[in-house]
Amino acid sequence: MADMLIAALLLVGAFFGFVGSWGLVRLPQTMQRLHTPTKATTLGVGGVLLASIVYFGGVRGEWSIHELLITLFLFLAAPVSALMLARAWLHRERERVRATLPRPGASGVDWGTFQPPPEESGSGAEPRR
Amino acid sequence: MRVRASLRRWLPHPALSLVLTLTWVALQNDFSAAQWLMGAILGVAIPLFLRPFWPDPPPVRSWRAALAYAAIVLWDITKANVQVAGWVLLRRPETLRSTWLVVPLRLRLPEAIALLAGTITMTPGTVSCDLAADGSALLVHCLHTEDAAATVAEIKTRYEERLMRIFGEGEA
Repeated sequence: MADMLIAALLLVGAFFGFVGSWGLVRLPQTMQRLHTPTKATTLGVGGVLLASIVYFGGVRGEWSIHELLITLFLFLAAPVSALMLARAWLHRERERVRATLPRPGASGVDWGTFQPPPEESGSGAEPRR
Repeated sequence: MRVRASLRRWLPHPALSLVLTLTWVALQNDFSAAQWLMGAILGVAIPLFLRPFWPDPPPVRSWRAALAYAAIVLWDITKANVQVAGWVLLRRPETLRSTWLVVPLRLRLPEAIALLAGTITMTPGTVSCDLAADGSALLVHCLHTEDAAATVAEIKTRYEERLMRIFGEGEA
């Protein structure tokens, strides 16, 4: 019974991992390809981790919560790295992309990536973009 | 009053201290007293070192709302995964209507905006890409949507309103 459950969870994880990689190969635009790793890190890794919990807890009788930590670290790291990739892309392609982007609001403000770097003054602690 | 002041001084981020302690014990996979003690030391020391970099952490007004939020996000991630898998496998890529969305923000706390941006990215189909220079809006890339305005409205009602309740924003 536990074997069936573990196999099913592994298959779910493998399926979503595959979908993530497939999208990475197949989607034509850079920004579209940025979507697929978030799939692989959520249900793809999630399925494998759940299978691991069931295997070690249900079959071997050694409960382990390392899997929960992996989930926690992924949920912290994945959005940050996606944001960094997106902003790096916006920055590199700004000549071409800037005109096609919607504006943040009616006032004159622009997206953070396009702001000129702050004047070098004082400590210089502000990161340069 | 004195007790509260010294608590704030030595435990500037009580929730972070708890999370660090639990993370340490979980990493060791060993629930002995020694590991709890080591975790507690780290849980006190790390926030103290962190305090200059994170001076005013916003208090969580409603832990019940926070738990409900976590459950909703997990459910949405599962649901959206299936939907996006369908798009990626079954649709021809040319028929995907990818667009940029602008999500105007009512949230003001940087911590809350970071949570919202993270939620948007972790939910398949949308990735948050940039923040307006004055923090008034998020730039979101959407893999496929028939109705951009409806997607923005869903983000606002489903996530932003709940975050405002969690942090008690918009009450004052």
